[in-house]
Amino acid sequence: MSERVLMCGNKALAEAAILAGCDAYFGYPITPQNEIPAYMSRRMPEEGRVFVQSESELAAISMVFGASATGKRAMTTSSSPGISLMQEGISYLAGAELPAVVVNVMRGGPGLGNIAPSQSDYFQATRGGGHGDYRTIVLAPSTVQEMVDFMPLAFDLADQYTMTVLVLADGILGQMMEPVVLEKKQSKRKLPPKDWALTGANGRKQHIVRSLWLADGRLEEQNRKLQTKYEQVLKNEVLFEDYRLEGAEVVVVAYGVAARIARSAVDSAREEGIAAGLIRPITLWPFPTERIGKAADKYGLFLAVEMNMGQMVEDVRLAVEGKASVLFHGRSGGGVPAVEDIVGILRQASGSGGGEKGVGKRK
Amino acid sequence: MTTNGFCEEIIIAGFGGQGIILAGKLLAQTAMKAGREVTYMPSYGAEVRGGTANCMVIVSDKPIANPVVTRPCSLIAMNKASLTKFGPRIKAGGLLIMNSSLIDGEPELEGDIEIVAIPADDLAVELGSPRSANMVAMGAYLQKRGYLGPDAAAVCLADVLAKRHHETLPVNSKALHRGAEFAAQGS
Amino acid sequence: MKTVFARTAVLKDCSTHYCPGCGHGIAHRLVAEAIDELGIQGRTIGIAPVGCSVLLYDYIDVDCIEVAHGRAPAVATGMKRTNPDKIVFSYQGDGDLASIGAAEILHAGHRGEQLTVIFINNAVYGMTGGQMAPTTMLNQVTTTSPKGRSAVEQGYPLQVSEVMAVLPGVVYVERTALDGGAGVRKTKKAIKHAFELQVEGAPGLALVEVLSPCPTYWRMPPAKAMKRIREEMSKFFPVGRLKG
Repeated sequence: MSERVLMCGNKALAEAAILAGCDAYFGYPITPQNEIPAYMSRRMPEEGRVFVQSESELAAISMVFGASATGKRAMTTSSSPGISLMQEGISYLAGAELPAVVVNVMRGGPGLGNIAPSQSDYFQATRGGGHGDYRTIVLAPSTVQEMVDFMPLAFDLADQYTMTVLVLADGILGQMMEPVVLEKKQSKRKLPPKDWALTGANGRKQHIVRSLWLADGRLEEQNRKLQTKYEQVLKNEVLFEDYRLEGAEVVVVAYGVAARIARSAVDSAREEGIAAGLIRPITLWPFPTERIGKAADKYGLFLAVEMNMGQMVEDVRLAVEGKASVLFHGRSGGGVPAVEDIVGILRQASGSGGGEKGVGKRK
Repeated sequence: MTTNGFCEEIIIAGFGGQGIILAGKLLAQTAMKAGREVTYMPSYGAEVRGGTANCMVIVSDKPIANPVVTRPCSLIAMNKASLTKFGPRIKAGGLLIMNSSLIDGEPELEGDIEIVAIPADDLAVELGSPRSANMVAMGAYLQKRGYLGPDAAAVCLADVLAKRHHETLPVNSKALHRGAEFAAQGS
Repeated sequence: MKTVFARTAVLKDCSTHYCPGCGHGIAHRLVAEAIDELGIQGRTIGIAPVGCSVLLYDYIDVDCIEVAHGRAPAVATGMKRTNPDKIVFSYQGDGDLASIGAAEILHAGHRGEQLTVIFINNAVYGMTGGQMAPTTMLNQVTTTSPKGRSAVEQGYPLQVSEVMAVLPGVVYVERTALDGGAGVRKTKKAIKHAFELQVEGAPGLALVEVLSPCPTYWRMPPAKAMKRIREEMSKFFPVGRLKG
């Protein structure tokens, strides 16, 4: 067992990527994730691996595209405005069915916004982000330890499903230091061989990596193939965490940093005798729709807490399918929800029509 | 925040170059080694420019929700601007460690704040290490709060100081103890 | 019977989608011959652009990738850095390389990436239907410069080779013209040299700019298009070795 070390999220994630077998890192500077390229520029050459500071985020994701097409584990990291530029490459990665790991250490938007922590790229992350009919797997760490633990998972998922895995963090998770355990873990997944990789057609037929399908009906066929893959992801890869749901009158739904705060609010509320619980989506796509839907059979009131003006709350509403009420509390542009504010909402909400169905005060 | 159990939220603030970040990392490292839950959050990006620096440390017995401290239990203010900015945010009954070498007079703060005015720069100069004022202030803080001793912090100095500065380990250890002594005796 | 000319095995035995008189077919053959003659077919990776030559992989029998518009030099960087033993080349048109991909080619050269770049300059966007390119000649009529390109309105044609040649990270730049037998032979030599340099591990990027006819969007017969290269285009885009 390795010992706990104090590390900021950005550096911990970078080291974890190296432990996870990242062959190549490409990136462009942007706050609040600059510690990652700085760390990689030193560590990757030490390991005999590749680091390139690209001329733009467009180029960075294209370099990932190139390295990945040859069968290497490649990644890039950025923050919101840079991730917008990378959407071109992410769409091509989806079209060409190449694995890639992209980390978004989110900051405030729209536009240049600010450099404060934010969760305002939820829509972009969970709806594909770029043009075309595709998805990316989205992992939402909530601690520095999860920034570490999700790197091998991200590379494995990317290789298994030959698609982009997005790690959606934010300025707090990137910048904060927390005790963390870094150790190399053996993958438990059986990953498919990269028999499509461009390695030179030496004694075999030519390999082609492409996303252009002009023949009549051929693109629809390709998109159905992608959809079949996405359905496997939906079936097999949903991750979430339940916390103190027993007899809950109000179920908070929050991810990432907002979930840390929501967890504290749930604890405080419980101390006051308010029956609050938490469901924390860990994969934002695939979203834990089924879990929240089932919870809505049992609990009458949900509260989505986010660091934006209301994005994940739409997925919560879709998941409860009208079976329960859904409230929203959000802070945006660098604002961070306060434990006291969430407790205040929980206090008000409890006894106002929420509660475990068929039990307690539900009218 | 949490009503039960131990939870200490600290802001350390001053000029860039006063070792604010190092003092915060030392506190976080010492708390981690003592088996506590801890978070450390620096100010970052454009905010850092213009010569001010601050960091936030939370030490707790429970998992920590938000590493961003809005209302600190304790403030270590190494210059006047930091005191002006963060002083009024100290929680009632809280602690202010202020560097009286650079701050004249005592501030008027509401809510029964304990104030320790320590001439951190002067004491550091006396020790022959002007740059150790941060450690003097940290020593005073540790003494006043008591949950971690200056000895424990001195042991952790080697973890947070870059190797090229390791020749300053003894004097920084001395500075931690000098600050603690000052806080205990008032001189 | 004595064989005096044969199709190289690296060029697939099929007809292309190119218009009559287009230069791409010739350039493809020259690239394929160079790969064949250097014996690098089994370790070469080709990058197709967005533009008329997007289907490059249908004609040249090496591992190939098709990439976003203009990003070929960045994709090539990702490939070559992780696979230094492979021979990586991009094949790009003027819209792809000189317009939307100007940053990528400039910085690949600036970083001194060990790549081979074949730049086909036919002074017009072909795939999208004859729009003005950065390399469109003054007074040339296109669908987006209906009165002819004017220096005041649209600027002068962009001289990519001259720009690339000043970069220390670029080891070889030559401009050639597919304007007749001699031009084709010179182009072949230049393309082969640009591959050779990478095979030898030369410390930087090798670029060949090929002036190439587009009779369809120049709206003239093929023979006249070749004459235009000789008499008009090569006045502004002088052929010859610029570096290396």
